[in-house]
Amino acid sequence: MTFWNQTKECMSRDEMTFLQGKRLHKLVEYVYHNSGFYRNKLQAAGVLPDDIREIGDIVKLPFTTKQDLRDNYPFGMFSAPMSEMVRIHASSGTTGKPTIVGYTRRDIEMWSEMIARCLTAMGADRNDIFTVAYGYGLFTGGLGMHYGVENLGATVIPMSTGNTEKHIRLIHDCQTTGIACTPSYALYLAETMKKEGIDRSEIHLRIGAFGGEPWTENMRKEIERNLGLDAYNIYGLSEIMGPGVSCECEAKDGSHIWEDHIYPEIIDPETTKRLPNDGTRGELVFTTLTKEGMPLIRYRTHDICSLIDKPCSCGRTAVRMTRILGRSDDMLIIRGINVFPSQVESVILSLKEFEPQYRLVIDRVANLDTMEVQVEVRPEYYSDEMGRMLAIQKKLEEKLKSVISIKAKIRLMEPGSLERSVGKSNRVQDNRKLQ
Amino acid sequence: MIIKQVSVFLENRSGRINEVTKILGANGINMIAFSMAENPDFGILRMIVSDNDKAVEALRAGKFAVSVNDVISLSIPNMPGALSKVMEILAAKGIFIEYMYAFAKGDTGNSAEIVIRPTYVDRCQVVLTENGF
Repeated sequence: MTFWNQTKECMSRDEMTFLQGKRLHKLVEYVYHNSGFYRNKLQAAGVLPDDIREIGDIVKLPFTTKQDLRDNYPFGMFSAPMSEMVRIHASSGTTGKPTIVGYTRRDIEMWSEMIARCLTAMGADRNDIFTVAYGYGLFTGGLGMHYGVENLGATVIPMSTGNTEKHIRLIHDCQTTGIACTPSYALYLAETMKKEGIDRSEIHLRIGAFGGEPWTENMRKEIERNLGLDAYNIYGLSEIMGPGVSCECEAKDGSHIWEDHIYPEIIDPETTKRLPNDGTRGELVFTTLTKEGMPLIRYRTHDICSLIDKPCSCGRTAVRMTRILGRSDDMLIIRGINVFPSQVESVILSLKEFEPQYRLVIDRVANLDTMEVQVEVRPEYYSDEMGRMLAIQKKLEEKLKSVISIKAKIRLMEPGSLERSVGKSNRVQDNRKLQ
Repeated sequence: MIIKQVSVFLENRSGRINEVTKILGANGINMIAFSMAENPDFGILRMIVSDNDKAVEALRAGKFAVSVNDVISLSIPNMPGALSKVMEILAAKGIFIEYMYAFAKGDTGNSAEIVIRPTYVDRCQVVLTENGF
């Protein structure tokens, strides 16, 4: 059994609590003096850096929300000056504006360290060859995993998304041993392999780091059976860092959160009261204890899960989170990409050809998420020409793709066939069975 | 001759065409000709009917998306080469046809009726008139 950073991963609870308290105090002092946003927020809450002495004091601190990130677009959440930033990532925003995250050189090093810990916990080492099939670019998945695999000393093949046939060829010909992608893409890959007549005995995959979307034990079994590897969950979110915030170890019994860097809490999403780490279900909240570029205090993820702080059979003491059981808001995760119904709505409203009513139907077909957008065309835009109707369909499809980065199927509906005046949640029909 | 055509947008669900014909029948409207354009998701039913205004009103009351536009109705001899002659004239003048369909008028069978939907209706009609149609 090997660890990447045994001191931190297996620290006693007392030592960890002490370290976290020290780091939290330092963090609050740092943001108070370097971020106008946090100085105002702390002053409004009547909290000064010296009020934060131990980790338990964290409940005195106000929450940070996605709305704060939107309101302070693009750089208002940064605590480090631009001269210290070495990278920016962005996720698609709900109203067209992306959510920007900035990293200093030390942040990137810390991120790579966390992913190296994850990969080591999965049993990977410098002899492994990984294909990384998360999207490279603004999305944190691709580049984040890439640097992590390099930090581990293993070999990385930067596949990015798409191009499944070439990916399979490289897995086969280069005898790769590791893969990082979304679990649904892993299933799609397995299926395509089968279609191409490649038997799992011909490939050498042994470790899969899967994340970016919620998945189930059944999916794990299916992936492991079809690809002949051990499938591990890796979790993260770009606002906090990206993939590597937590991951499963060989015990596959919850994902270890690297809590010396990222401090987790579970709260009641209604009352925002803190809940115990004893398996009680609630909303996950993170504080980045050591980030410099864009540290966040008590950031509400809206992911629903629970925390367990009992030591794990793998020897790690780092607290574990269960699978994500749902969301406390209306965000959808489609093919690993976060999509808010309001994004789709804003696109529909921006096009004069459509009525404001819409309906989203989400499904999983052949292991790939699909999204159908049902819309009504305004009466004056209905035409006797098929070409014109198809052009209207195409226009929405392309505009949507540019905003949410996902190709949705557009279904034109008859007038009045979509329900009027229903709540946002009723506009979404998610047929995926994940529980 | 330029005439009106009524088009109805239909989702691909069974029974939808029947809904249209039922409404027309109940209102005493006769369908003289029709054609259906379809793709996997939806279809467009185009019709020449006995009473345009009444048809539009009744169909809209039935919550259908209805549009009305001009098309050209042409009577040509029911014999080999007759349609080709018309097409040749239009092609020579660069008249683009979006779609067309044909129907029979019932009685003898000496002539065939065609409906043409060119991109520019007026220009097409001018060309046809100049050529004796």
